[in-house]
Amino acid sequence: MFNSASMAKLRRRFHTSAFLLIIFLSNSFHLPALALVERGEGLKEEFTEELLLKPLPDRKVLSHFHFQSSAPPSAANGRHHHLFPKAIAQLARKFEIRELELSFTQGRWNYEKWGGFDPISTTNAKPPGVELWANFDLPLNTIDHTWKNLTHVLSGLFCSSINFLESSTAYSSPTWGFQSNSSKLRYGALPREAVCTENLTPWLKLLPCRDKAGIALLLDRPSIYKSHYHSQRLKLISSEFTGIILEQTLTLVLQPSMRRLSSLSLGDGSLQPSWSLNSLFGKKVVGHCVLAKTSRIFLELENDLALKVDKLQPLSSWNNSAFELSVIPNNEIRELNALNKLRSSVLYVFEVSGLNDSVPLDLGIHWKIPLVWSCSRAPFHVNRFLMGSGNERGSVAITIRSANLHEHFLRASDSCGVDAVIFQVVPWYVKVYYHTLHIFVDGKAQIISDVVRKMKISPSEDKLSSGSMELMLKFPCNMDSATLTLDFDKGFLHIDEYPPDANQGFDIPSALVSFPDFRCGRSYQLDELMHYQSTLLSKFQEGNPVQTYTEVLLVPLTTPDFSMPYNVITFTCTVLALYFGSMLNVLRRRVGEEGRLSRSKASEKPGLIPQLLSKLASKLKGKAPEPPSPLSTSSSILGPKLLSKIILVGLLAVIWNYYLKDS
Amino acid sequence: MIVRRWEIARLIRKRMEDVGAEVYYHKFQFHNIQFHPLRFFSSTPQTVAEKNSSGCTLNGVSPVGIIRAPRGDGKESIVLVTPYNSENVKLNEALSLALAYSVFSLLSRVVWLAKDIVWLAADSRYGEYTSVASWLKDYYNPFFSSDSGKFGIDMCFEKKENHGDDKTSFDCSAYDDFRRAGTMAAALVLKVMDQERSERDRIDIYAEASNGQMPNLDLINIVHYLAVHRQGLHVKVGTFGFLLNSALLKHLGETLQRLSRLVQSLNPGWKLGVKSADFIEGTATLASSMYYQALGVPTGPHGAFRDFQIDAITMELSPRTSLTNENGVSSFLLRSGRLVEGVVRSVNNLLEKFHQSFFLYFLTAPNKFVSVGVYMIAFALFVAPLPIVVAALFSSTASTKPSTTTSNTKPTNSKPSGSWNWLHSAKLVFLVHLWALIISSLPYFISQIPRTDSTKRMLTWSLSSLLLLYPLTRFTNLFGEVHRWEVLKSVMIAAASIGLSLMSIINFATAQVGSMLLVPLCLMVRPLKKPMQASLFLSVLLKFLNILLAVVAFPPASLAILKAFLHGFESINIGDFWEWAEFLWAWSSATYLYVTLVHLPCWYLCVHILLHN
Repeated sequence: MFNSASMAKLRRRFHTSAFLLIIFLSNSFHLPALALVERGEGLKEEFTEELLLKPLPDRKVLSHFHFQSSAPPSAANGRHHHLFPKAIAQLARKFEIRELELSFTQGRWNYEKWGGFDPISTTNAKPPGVELWANFDLPLNTIDHTWKNLTHVLSGLFCSSINFLESSTAYSSPTWGFQSNSSKLRYGALPREAVCTENLTPWLKLLPCRDKAGIALLLDRPSIYKSHYHSQRLKLISSEFTGIILEQTLTLVLQPSMRRLSSLSLGDGSLQPSWSLNSLFGKKVVGHCVLAKTSRIFLELENDLALKVDKLQPLSSWNNSAFELSVIPNNEIRELNALNKLRSSVLYVFEVSGLNDSVPLDLGIHWKIPLVWSCSRAPFHVNRFLMGSGNERGSVAITIRSANLHEHFLRASDSCGVDAVIFQVVPWYVKVYYHTLHIFVDGKAQIISDVVRKMKISPSEDKLSSGSMELMLKFPCNMDSATLTLDFDKGFLHIDEYPPDANQGFDIPSALVSFPDFRCGRSYQLDELMHYQSTLLSKFQEGNPVQTYTEVLLVPLTTPDFSMPYNVITFTCTVLALYFGSMLNVLRRRVGEEGRLSRSKASEKPGLIPQLLSKLASKLKGKAPEPPSPLSTSSSILGPKLLSKIILVGLLAVIWNYYLKDS
Repeated sequence: MIVRRWEIARLIRKRMEDVGAEVYYHKFQFHNIQFHPLRFFSSTPQTVAEKNSSGCTLNGVSPVGIIRAPRGDGKESIVLVTPYNSENVKLNEALSLALAYSVFSLLSRVVWLAKDIVWLAADSRYGEYTSVASWLKDYYNPFFSSDSGKFGIDMCFEKKENHGDDKTSFDCSAYDDFRRAGTMAAALVLKVMDQERSERDRIDIYAEASNGQMPNLDLINIVHYLAVHRQGLHVKVGTFGFLLNSALLKHLGETLQRLSRLVQSLNPGWKLGVKSADFIEGTATLASSMYYQALGVPTGPHGAFRDFQIDAITMELSPRTSLTNENGVSSFLLRSGRLVEGVVRSVNNLLEKFHQSFFLYFLTAPNKFVSVGVYMIAFALFVAPLPIVVAALFSSTASTKPSTTTSNTKPTNSKPSGSWNWLHSAKLVFLVHLWALIISSLPYFISQIPRTDSTKRMLTWSLSSLLLLYPLTRFTNLFGEVHRWEVLKSVMIAAASIGLSLMSIINFATAQVGSMLLVPLCLMVRPLKKPMQASLFLSVLLKFLNILLAVVAFPPASLAILKAFLHGFESINIGDFWEWAEFLWAWSSATYLYVTLVHLPCWYLCVHILLHN
């Protein structure tokens, strides 16, 4: 099935100019009509592409690409798809996946400067490296096997080593600590996995237009991988009623190139850098992907920024005293905020689909006055760190510090509480003693049962499974900081279990701390914009709980000197060779036999040189040569004769060395 | 004064913030280094409510800035430390802060950064080491319960804020969060010094940490390579100046040079180009390296890092011109900044941490070292005769038993003969060791006596140890002159060799230096009154050597001799040994334990044997 736009293009060749007008009209608003036509044979496959741009308080720009493909329940088309990537559909069908999320991330999301209480950070801030979780629709006993197969398929599909997640020491099965209440969920993370273009290319291949047209055209590799944060995500939701929905997002935090003047003084008084799509990516949007149902670019101004601009001049137009947009927005959407009307973010919408191909869209913002604003900070800051020194033991600490932003909580009584769910997976060689869990709230040690509402701990088994901890805590609302500490022992690995670069240390994957009491759903004034079936905005309206990934920790373990075996082998071989040599020599030689031999030798004719020597000696002495007596032989072994021989040889060697080396 | 202190901290904080770093203040209290009851080898004791007698006067504030690597994963970090005296900033300290700031601001813009950079501007009003050590302690062993010392510090700052005017009020609460940056890969302590002029900019490297631990040699190699081959700096490590002018060394060096020339003329392939000057300088450096390792006291703030297995060195940079000469200083800052950048970049580019076993070495020059494989041989040769002598002495006494009973004029009754003979000697040796243990713990009690100077304390110490010795001698007299000196000697040597071997594991340099004194003393000792079956010359020589060694090996005497060499004879004082012992104890150096528990009893037993009749 062709998209209407491409169909239109095909027809355009055959029809008259009168017809062309009708087609042109239908090109812009025939989508509902087409949907009506096809309702008879069920839902059709859809693809949408959207891009969200957002200036950040620390002079960076967040750009969030959102591509969504959906396929209806497969009965209608059989195995064939028009838009939806077949590889993913097969995967979803074969492994009976309910939900799957895979993310490749480089860099760390800065929860303090880039926001922690908005839809982007709750769903798109991911831990460094690879994170994969999947929820299966299978009987419990087959899940582990399916997971292993799935990891292999994905690693082939995305050119990465996701297959390392197959071993039971690498993944865990959280029940309620990670996401929903499900026993069929598997979770694994590879913090050390490097992310590069080889992962991006297969990800782009899943898009119907790849990066040849539409918004994906912006994805210029050098500028993408220069970003401070890069998270490439793939989410799959599949059910019998809705079909398969594939959501592909790419979140980047880019640093717009700054002028020389502003780079020197980064103080508060300087201007925000002005940027455009061309300066950020080195490319412009030229037309939309013809297969896409919607193709839009959003520019978001945060609450605080919108408020500040409003104060200067009511934020009515795209060109005001604070900034100027380079392209006139097609629309402007305000967030509906229950608390106060003013503090609400603003979205400018730019339609790419209505674009003339010859005029590329180069959306940009030009700042006129210096503005300082703050992002929507998360209610709590979470940090995790290691304590202790030495290679024997240590402890992990998680601190949760309140940002004191939740004013609406402070009004409540003392008994009010905030829930926090902590999910942490620890590899087996970090042997955590869960009974050593200590919780301090505002510097006071707490009784565990007072704070912990729910706890599920599966201790690690050596070389079999990693340990995971799910904790649901309830803190008082007026808490300033809370700390959890857990002691651990560092284990020993077998020599072939060490990874390459073992001396760097071993990673403990990020822990996830989520606050189910805080949901960051947004609602928009969409009254006259009913045909704005924006998948991105509907995502924003979902209202996921606020969550924070902690740092990845690096635990130095005792690592053997891998060159040592070589030294040991060399030494042992030398010693053994010496030992066996001398031992054989001793065993082989028999003293009596030796004496007999020498006697028999003496009785025989002596050799040429001894004869000559004896003759010479007798000549010198003036005596007749006499046969050497058998008695004297034993005594003359260390006699002057031997000594003189040795001296002679030594002298010869010295002379030879001295003269030959000179020449 | 307080205003100025905080002004500097605030200025540094402002600068750090401006380059985009995360900043916080580390507030801490200086703990006077003092005698604490034996706390050797115990890592970071729980400071349970240290006496707040010092009140809030001894607190400090160190601004700390962290640059997060743009694309890094934040697992590792590199630390730069610049100590400065917050009360009275000198020009050189200001320059070291400037140097660190310029490197820091450069690093905040570079794209190659993979590890986070931490800059600690350590407030070193009461000592560089303590401020760095307390920061590290808070980094690795923080307290979460509020009844710790940290709470008291916050109280101090609040108090200050209340009765101070606007300028003194300290904006600490906003920068209170202690931030961390992963496992530390390496640490560099930067100091600019104003030393005597030389023709080139100079850099001194200090590496010795507590108990003879050294950072990985590769770190020193990196600094040396970059300083010499890239920046053209003159690199120095510690040397003993008095050895440079020693006539004996000069003579030895010349002999070696002649020998090496001879060897080279025999075979040009044997490259033994020993130069006399090199030899002297190498020996002086080696001696200093061994001395500081043997002392077991860190030579700078980098020592605090080694306790957490972090490789760290102190770099003391000194310009060739005066610090007020602007041209000279700017070129100096450029060179040293490039050097620091280069070192940071080298460490940054490493995937694994320094790990090959180059932790055991002595330096003979900034780029030359004696590896453990080489210097272990010397020590092994020193110690190997001890067990052999023990066995020989013991077996000889066992075999000559009948002959002595017949030839000996003294009555040998009531002597439990047989192979259990050595038990009595062992008892004596044990008692002497017990005595040594008691006197080694005496200084703690003596230091509690108020209003005494080091001389008085030393006298008290020696008097009390002599007093304790009296019952010991009475006790040994109870046995009478029962033990034969050979048996006593063999037991003593056995104890000494065990002590030396144990010490070689804890601090190799101490064991090596100690064995140089102890082994000849142990091997040679024999009663002075005992006639010898040797030529007169030999016996006189032996007696003379015995007496000489017994004098030299007495710890206070050896210290006095060393001090005389270092500073001249006028500087010797009775209180010196006390101060030395106090110093070692305060830094919890294992050398103190070695001197009092191995060396001293052995020396006493040797003297006992010498006076045997």
